[in-house]
Amino acid sequence: MTTETATPAPAPAPAQTSTMRTILQTNLRDYGLVVALLAIMVFFQFTTNGVLFKPVNLTNLILQNSYIIIMALGMLLVIVGGHIDLSVGSVSGFIGAIAAIMMVRYGIAPIPAAILCILAGGVIGASQGYWIAYLKIPSFIVTLAGMLVFKGLSLAVLGGASVGPFPAEFQLLSAGFIPDFIGPIVIPQGEGVPPISLHSTTLIIGILIVVAMVFSGIRTRRRREQHGYEAEPFAVFAIKTALIGALILFFTYLLASYKGLPNVLIVMSILIAGFVFLTKRTTLGRRIYALGGNAKAAQLSGIKTERLTFYIFVIMGMLSALAGLIFAARLNTATPKAGQGFELDVIAAVFIGGASAMGGVGQVAGAVIGAFIMGVMNNGMSIMGVNIDWQQVIKGLVLLGAVVFDVYNKNKA
Amino acid sequence: MNTTILEMRGITKTFPGVKALQDVNLDVREAEIHAIVGENGAGKSTLMKVLSGVYPAGSYDGQIVYRGEEVHFKSIRDSEHRGIVIIHQELALVPLLSIAENIFLGNEQARFGIIDWDEARNGARKLLSMVGLNEDPDTLITHIGVGKQQLVEIAKALSKAVKLLILDEPTASLSEKDSAALLELLLEFKKQGITSILISHKLNEISKVADRITVIRDGRTIETMDKAEISEDRIITSMVGRSLDDRYPARAPKIGEMLLEVKDWSVHHPLHADHQVIKGVNIQVRKGEVVGIAGLMGAGRTEFAMSVFGRTYGRNITGDVFMHGRKVDTSTVRRAVDAGLAYATEDRKTYGLNLIDHIKHNITIANLPGVSRGGVIDDIAEMNVANDYRKKTNIRSSSVFQVTGNLSGGNQQKVVLSKWLFSNPELLILDEPTRGIDVGAKYEIYTIINKLAEEGKGILVISSEMPELLGICDRIYVMNEGRIVGELAGSEASQEKIMRAIVRAEGRTA
Ligand SMILES: Nc1ncnc2c1ncn2[C@@H]1O[C@H](COP(=O)(O)OP(=O)(O)OP(=O)(O)O)[C@@H](O)[C@H]1O
Ligand SMILES: [Mg+2]
Repeated sequence: MTTETATPAPAPAPAQTSTMRTILQTNLRDYGLVVALLAIMVFFQFTTNGVLFKPVNLTNLILQNSYIIIMALGMLLVIVGGHIDLSVGSVSGFIGAIAAIMMVRYGIAPIPAAILCILAGGVIGASQGYWIAYLKIPSFIVTLAGMLVFKGLSLAVLGGASVGPFPAEFQLLSAGFIPDFIGPIVIPQGEGVPPISLHSTTLIIGILIVVAMVFSGIRTRRRREQHGYEAEPFAVFAIKTALIGALILFFTYLLASYKGLPNVLIVMSILIAGFVFLTKRTTLGRRIYALGGNAKAAQLSGIKTERLTFYIFVIMGMLSALAGLIFAARLNTATPKAGQGFELDVIAAVFIGGASAMGGVGQVAGAVIGAFIMGVMNNGMSIMGVNIDWQQVIKGLVLLGAVVFDVYNKNKA
Repeated sequence: MNTTILEMRGITKTFPGVKALQDVNLDVREAEIHAIVGENGAGKSTLMKVLSGVYPAGSYDGQIVYRGEEVHFKSIRDSEHRGIVIIHQELALVPLLSIAENIFLGNEQARFGIIDWDEARNGARKLLSMVGLNEDPDTLITHIGVGKQQLVEIAKALSKAVKLLILDEPTASLSEKDSAALLELLLEFKKQGITSILISHKLNEISKVADRITVIRDGRTIETMDKAEISEDRIITSMVGRSLDDRYPARAPKIGEMLLEVKDWSVHHPLHADHQVIKGVNIQVRKGEVVGIAGLMGAGRTEFAMSVFGRTYGRNITGDVFMHGRKVDTSTVRRAVDAGLAYATEDRKTYGLNLIDHIKHNITIANLPGVSRGGVIDDIAEMNVANDYRKKTNIRSSSVFQVTGNLSGGNQQKVVLSKWLFSNPELLILDEPTRGIDVGAKYEIYTIINKLAEEGKGILVISSEMPELLGICDRIYVMNEGRIVGELAGSEASQEKIMRAIVRAEGRTA
């Protein structure tokens, strides 16, 4: 036998064709969502006569959407894993209700009460996940049942009435801002115009985040190059980093010129970072994608698919609980109607963000941007005075449009 | 008889980053059996998809002349209207529909949208008898084996008044007997004036039935041979670009102590609990030993392997598994893997791959701890592993970031193999490891098997290709209807002896 492993030169040109154009194309596909979000923001900035980017409104926008985003993180795992959870809205409402009962009726301190509530969310997730994971009952059905059950339970717990107000400390969760350790920077303006006072701690955090981002970006590039892997061209990297950095600085500046970073934003950012890490870097995340991509193959690769599915729903339950707390703190009262319809916004956010209904595909960043797209549209249209009915129509069309665009893009590739 | 029915001229087809076909020419004569051969990823399937309109006119360059006129098929339906029917490498039947329903799918025997079931059944029966399949048309597809499913596909083709039948690796998952029957059928069709294009990696079959052979290498036509010139060696040289003197690498077995023992293994059917599929099987594999399990399709070999590997098949499983003489728990895949087992499946699409993800993620998924620390994946380590195995098993792709769903069939198989090689098992069960793999790559896989054996691993190979088992195994078990009916040392084994063991067993049960 000829020992040479002279494999014929692969004539079909391999991926060395990473020309500027293909790079631009792939990046456009990846960043299409960001572009869409920015376009929508600019659009509403004009149609609302500049109200959208007013620091107050921007802060509001974050507060209004925080609970949707937090649930979207869990929903991303659920959908990537090949499932769906229709109960998240009802569960968050129910948790808000028991939080109110604990704190308002029984006077339990906010922190232990919140911890109990999040644990309760985990238990709820487990109780749904059990049927889905181990008894293989379709998640659509189990969580549809859950949606009804917890909607009913919130009514029952609250006795059909609103319960509130919450202790002041608890309200800080949604209404509070980080303290300014350093003290404001005051920029005097011209005659008759009130001076701009900047929340310096916020600014510093923003700058630190950008610096950290640049450094970690450069470090990964170095590491890849050291091991002989071609990183993207420096120009592309630089432009991308500069753009993202500028955006972060711009938004921190806007926030700093109002009351600074809202507490919720901190919680949310930590969760988002955690979930990005979970999905991109950890074995757990990788296994969730494998599960959604081909459950049988995943099982035969030694992945405990049942337990994994169970965990996904536990995580979802805990995030729904957190969202429920944030929402209750924001309204400062628990109402039987709280949380209703949230599941639709959450699911829409994940799909707008490019997740596949078949499972196995989807990104945290996409889901977050998807949630912001929905949020900006809600906010912008409300400011413009568009009626609720038309808002729904437009949101529905945007959801459909986003998914159609995605499918079209994939077919073209 | 010598008129040209089809001419493809200068066909070029590119996918993002890959030129799959480059200026390919093919001419096929009326009522001939024209074989297309080439390595994995050479572009055979792609060429046939261009021809049948799967890739519509406009998505490729070049010209297709069919029965004297240039055609521009926009879809599969267009080509079917002209009598061109393709049977894909991966069967496309709906598992939960009946044979009759599948045969007439998209072509229902209906008047005003209402299906005439009697006519459908009768029609199906007639077609089934033409392909020599003796099954009730109401049987669900899931309930018949792959061999029969293949025949149903052909019956379906016949229902469409086929003039040019394209078969993409039709015998890859068929037993020798079924393959022979299918080839017989093609010869029968030929007499009736039906032209066939046959893609296969089984060169012995091709040399038997083909009138002419076109060889494709790296997306280009190399040559077309006439019947007189055809010989297996000639084909291989042309396909691989060099000659292969030997089909099986030589090996000097170094057989060590006992590694795997399976004792009194019995398994029942997952749905029909009273049907025993595996009946008291005993099997042993020593370190450094390559052991084969021969048998006909449906002998229960895959069922046996899967039931041992984490009980992924069957129920009411009884029996014991020992590794190094110690009893081990293999009741879940995780435990089986921890005990040192690995099982590379025969069904890459259903059980082997996450088709929407790329090569890199597929290779590491069974051994993520091997590329991570504390549950965090080290992406450089992962890249290294993926590139390493891509090279080792010679996966033809643009990079490790190619989505496995876009790989050619044989290359998908290599990804499955890589995945389990990377899990670094002590005992590797390979279920049809060379199905759909070209001769050159087969040799490479045998070399890998030998190397593993040399390292002291045990290897259990399930294969329906007897020459392959005879070529690489130190010992061969013969399985029939869920029982071990023979055991032969590699040196004394022969195709006849294996067949005799099977026939003797069938005689006993009959
Ligand atoms: N949809 C696709 N996207 C990208 N590349 C593709 C796609 N389909 C096929 N290819 C590439 O085109 C080449 C030819 O593939 P093709 O399936 O035609 O090979 P083949 O000759 O049939 O191989 P095998 O014998 O393994 O079946 C391969 O390199 C494959 O990776
Ligand atoms: Mg092929």
